[in-house]
Amino acid sequence: MTNTNPLWKTLLLAAIAIVGVLFALPNIFGSDPAVQVSGRTDPLTPIEVSQFDLTLSKAGFENVEIRIDEGRFLALFASEDDQIRARDVLADSLDPNRFITSLNLVDASPEWLRNIAAPMYLGLDLRGGVHFLMEVDMQTALTSAEERFVPDWKRRVRGEGIRGTSIQYRNGEISARFKDEANRDLMLPILRRDVFSLDFDTSEDDEYAYITANLTEIAAVEEQRSALQQNIVTLRNRINELGVSEPVIQQQGVDRIVVQLPGVQDTGRAKDIIGATATLEYRLVSLGGNGKAYTQRYDGSTVMLDRDIIVTGDQIKGASSGIDQQSGSAAVFVNLDSAGARRMQEVTQDNVGNLMAVVYIENRIDSVEVDGEIIKKVTKIEEVINTATINDVLSHRFQTTGLGLNEATDLALLLRAGALKAPVQIVEERTVGPSLGKDNIRQGFLSAVVGLALVVVFMGFYYRTFGVIAGLALVTNVVLIVAVLGVLGATLTLPGIAGIVLTTGMAVDANVLIFERIREELKAGGSVQAALSAGYDKAFVTIADANITTLIAAVVLFSMGTGPIKGFAITLCIGILTSMFTAIFGTRVLVNALFGGKRLQTLPI
Amino acid sequence: MRSLVRDTSFDFMSHYKVAVMISGFLIVASVLAIGFRGLSLGVDFTGGYTIEVGYEEAPDLNVIRTALAVADLPDSQVQTFGASTEVLIRMAPKEGFTGASVSTEVLRVLGEASESEVTMRRVEFVGPQVGEELREKGGLAVLAALFGIVAYIWFRFEKKFSVGSVLALVHDVVITVGFFALFQVEFDLTILAAILAVIGYSLNDTIVVFDRIRENFISMRSGTPAEVMNQSVNQTLSRTVITSMTTLLVLISLFVFGGQIIHGFALALIIGVVVGTYSSIFVASIAVLRLGISKEDLMPVEKEGAELDSTP
Repeated sequence: MTNTNPLWKTLLLAAIAIVGVLFALPNIFGSDPAVQVSGRTDPLTPIEVSQFDLTLSKAGFENVEIRIDEGRFLALFASEDDQIRARDVLADSLDPNRFITSLNLVDASPEWLRNIAAPMYLGLDLRGGVHFLMEVDMQTALTSAEERFVPDWKRRVRGEGIRGTSIQYRNGEISARFKDEANRDLMLPILRRDVFSLDFDTSEDDEYAYITANLTEIAAVEEQRSALQQNIVTLRNRINELGVSEPVIQQQGVDRIVVQLPGVQDTGRAKDIIGATATLEYRLVSLGGNGKAYTQRYDGSTVMLDRDIIVTGDQIKGASSGIDQQSGSAAVFVNLDSAGARRMQEVTQDNVGNLMAVVYIENRIDSVEVDGEIIKKVTKIEEVINTATINDVLSHRFQTTGLGLNEATDLALLLRAGALKAPVQIVEERTVGPSLGKDNIRQGFLSAVVGLALVVVFMGFYYRTFGVIAGLALVTNVVLIVAVLGVLGATLTLPGIAGIVLTTGMAVDANVLIFERIREELKAGGSVQAALSAGYDKAFVTIADANITTLIAAVVLFSMGTGPIKGFAITLCIGILTSMFTAIFGTRVLVNALFGGKRLQTLPI
Repeated sequence: MRSLVRDTSFDFMSHYKVAVMISGFLIVASVLAIGFRGLSLGVDFTGGYTIEVGYEEAPDLNVIRTALAVADLPDSQVQTFGASTEVLIRMAPKEGFTGASVSTEVLRVLGEASESEVTMRRVEFVGPQVGEELREKGGLAVLAALFGIVAYIWFRFEKKFSVGSVLALVHDVVITVGFFALFQVEFDLTILAAILAVIGYSLNDTIVVFDRIRENFISMRSGTPAEVMNQSVNQTLSRTVITSMTTLLVLISLFVFGGQIIHGFALALIIGVVVGTYSSIFVASIAVLRLGISKEDLMPVEKEGAELDSTP
C-alpha cells in the first residue's frame, strides 16, 4: 500500500499528454481562406501552376502562400476580401472547360504539423453552409424504366411482320394490343425474352387480345438502386460545376441523398442547379399533322411533333453556352455521343428541307397535402424552344438557340453534368449563414472556456491540492477530446461543443467520488496511505457503472441522431471514455507522485 | 477540509410522504400541461420553415409582417430572436410551395422591404414527412435508451433497483418535458438530445446512491433496510451535491454565453439535473425501499447450478 508509480505508468501518462497536445495543436492555428483550382479531367501540371501564380502576382497579390495538394492548386489569403477578389481574377483568366475554381478553407498550421495532425472538421453550423436532404422520386424512375421497353417491342413486332398492333405505355403498364389471339400467341415467346426483367400477363376482350407487362420485383429494386446511384453521380458532377470544395454527397436509406455544401452562400442557385431536371430532346415536326401536340415557348401556339425522338439529353456528352454569331442570341453548343450522332445524321439526311424542333423538358415536384395525406405531384413541363429547317446533314456537333442567357448557361451546365435519372425533391434544408457560423464558434468557445474555468476554480477551492490535480485532469481531458476528434476526422458542431461542455461538468464527478471516498476513509481513522488506496479502489466500480449508463444513452443518441445531434453524441462518448483515463489513471499518477509512500498525517483534500 | 455538507444524518426514508406529495404534484402538473397546453413543437417535428435574418438596426416587425403577408407566402410568425436586430420567421408547410423554394422567396421579399441590408443567418426547412419521421424516431430513441439502461441495471444490480431507477427516470423526463409544455418553450431536436442526456445524468446520480446501498447492505451487520438506506444516502449526499453543482456551473455558462440557439438545450439540462438529483434520493431510493428491498436480495448469488452439476 505504498502508492508509488511504476515507471511505465508515469511514462504512459506523459506520452499520452504530449501526443494529445500535439494532435490538438492544429486547432490553435485555425484555417485560412483560400482559392482552389483543380483540373476538370487531369491533375495540374507544374506549368499551369506557375501560370496561376503569375496571374495572381500580376493582379497585385504579393507573398501569397501557394500549396499543391493532391493535384489541386491552393492559394492562401489573409482576408476573405482578398480571397474573393483573387477567385474572380483567376476565374476570369481560366478556361472554365478545363479548370474548376472554388473557394475553400484550409489548415493554417505550419507544414511540419500538417504532416502529423489535422484540425477538427467544423460542421456546417460553425463554418456556414447548406445541408440538403433530397428524396428521389422512385415512381418516376420505375415508370420511365418500363416506358423504355415500348420502342423495343414495336421493333420486334415490326420485325415479325405483324400488322394492326398498337403498343403503348398506359395505366402503369406496358400494353400491346393485337388483332387476334393467334398474332398475340406468336409474339408472346418473342417478347418473353425479357422474362428476367418483366412479369407478363395476357388477356382478351370482344375485339382484341393483349399482352401486358410490368417490371419484376427484382428488376424494380435494381432499377431503384441504379436510379439512386446515377443521381448521386449526376449531383456530384453538378456540384463540381458549381465550384464547391469538399462537398458531402451520400446515400441515406433507399431513396434519399444527403448533400452538404460548406461555405455556399447563394443557396438559391445551388437549389436550382441541384434539383433541376432540365434536358433537351430533338424531334421532327410532324408532316401529316398526326403526332403529339406541344406548346411553343415564344408565342404559345401549338405544334405537332413526331412521336419518335431523334436524340435525347442522355446522348449529349458535352455542352457549352455562348452567343450565336448570326443571330446574336444565347446558344447552347451541343456534342453528341457516337450513337446519337449516327442517328442524327441518318434522320437529317432523309429530312433535308423539313423542320426539326428542340423540346425543353423539366420535371417539377410539389408536395401537396390532401385530406391530411401528403401526396407528391410531378408536373412535367415540355415546351418547344425552337423549330428550324434542316439545311444540312447534322452529326455530332451543332447549336440550339431559343433560351435566355442564364437559362442557356444553366442548361449547358446540366447537360455537361448529365441528367438526373429520376427527379429529386428537397425534403429538408438546413442553411447557416457565415455570420451565424462565426457567432456560434465564438459563443460556443466562450461558454466552454468559462464553464471549464468555473469548475477548475471551484475544485481548487474545495479540494485544495487534490482539486488542482482534478482541474489539471479536466483540462487534459478537453485537450484529448479535441485530439481524438481530429484523429477520427469527426465533425465538430455546436451541439458537439455543448457535449464537451457537459462532459467537463460530469467528468469531474469521478474525482468527486474518489475524493469524497478518501475523506470518508480519513474520517474513519484510516492511515493516509490506506485512505488513498481505498478511495481509488472503492470508487472505481461506482464510476464505471455510472459512466456505462451514460454511454448507453449517448450511443442511442448517436444511432438515431441526425447531423448536429450526432455531433453531441460523439463528443459525449469520447468525453466519457477519455475522462475515465484522465480522472482515474491520470490523477492517480499525480497523487501518487506527490503524496504516495510518504509518512503523512493529513492530506490537502 | 472544506465542506458544504457536513456529516449529515437526515432521515430521508421516513419522510417519503413529503417526497410523494412533491413528486406527485409536479408529475400531475406536468401531465396536465402536456395534455392541455401541449408541446410547442419546433419545425424539426412539425415540418415547416424557420428562417433567421439579421438586420443592421432593429427593424419594425410590423413592416416585415406586412411585407410577408402581401407576398402571398404561407402564414408566418415573426419575432425577434436573442437580439433586437435578429428576426426569426416561422412558417407552416403549405400546399403549392415547392420544398425549399420558400426560403429564397422570403429573403427576396425582406430584402426589398428593408432599406438596410438583410443577411441570411439560418434557414431550416423540414418537409412534413421528414418531420413525422423525426417525431417517431425521437420517441423510439427515448424508449430505446430507457430499455438499454433498465437491462444494464437489472444485470448489474437487481430487479427492484431497476424498477426504482426507471421510476426516477420517467419522473425526470415527464417533469422536464412538462416544463417545456407549461412555458411553451420550443421543443426541437436539440431538446430531445438534452432529454436523453438528462436520462444519462440522472441515472449516473442514481447509480452512485444504489452502489452505496448495495455496499452497505452487504457490509453492515445490523440495521433495518430503512436505516441502511438512510445511511447510504447521507454518505453520498456530499458527492451528490458537489457533482450537481459542477454540472450546473457549466450548464449555466452554456446558457449565458452559448447563444440563443443553445438556450433551450441548456435549459432542459439545467431542469433535468436539478430534478434528477432530487429524484435519485427521493424517488429511486424510496421506491427501492417501498418495493421491499432486503439484505437477501443483494447477497452474492450462490452458484446453485454448480453444486447440482457435481452431484452424480
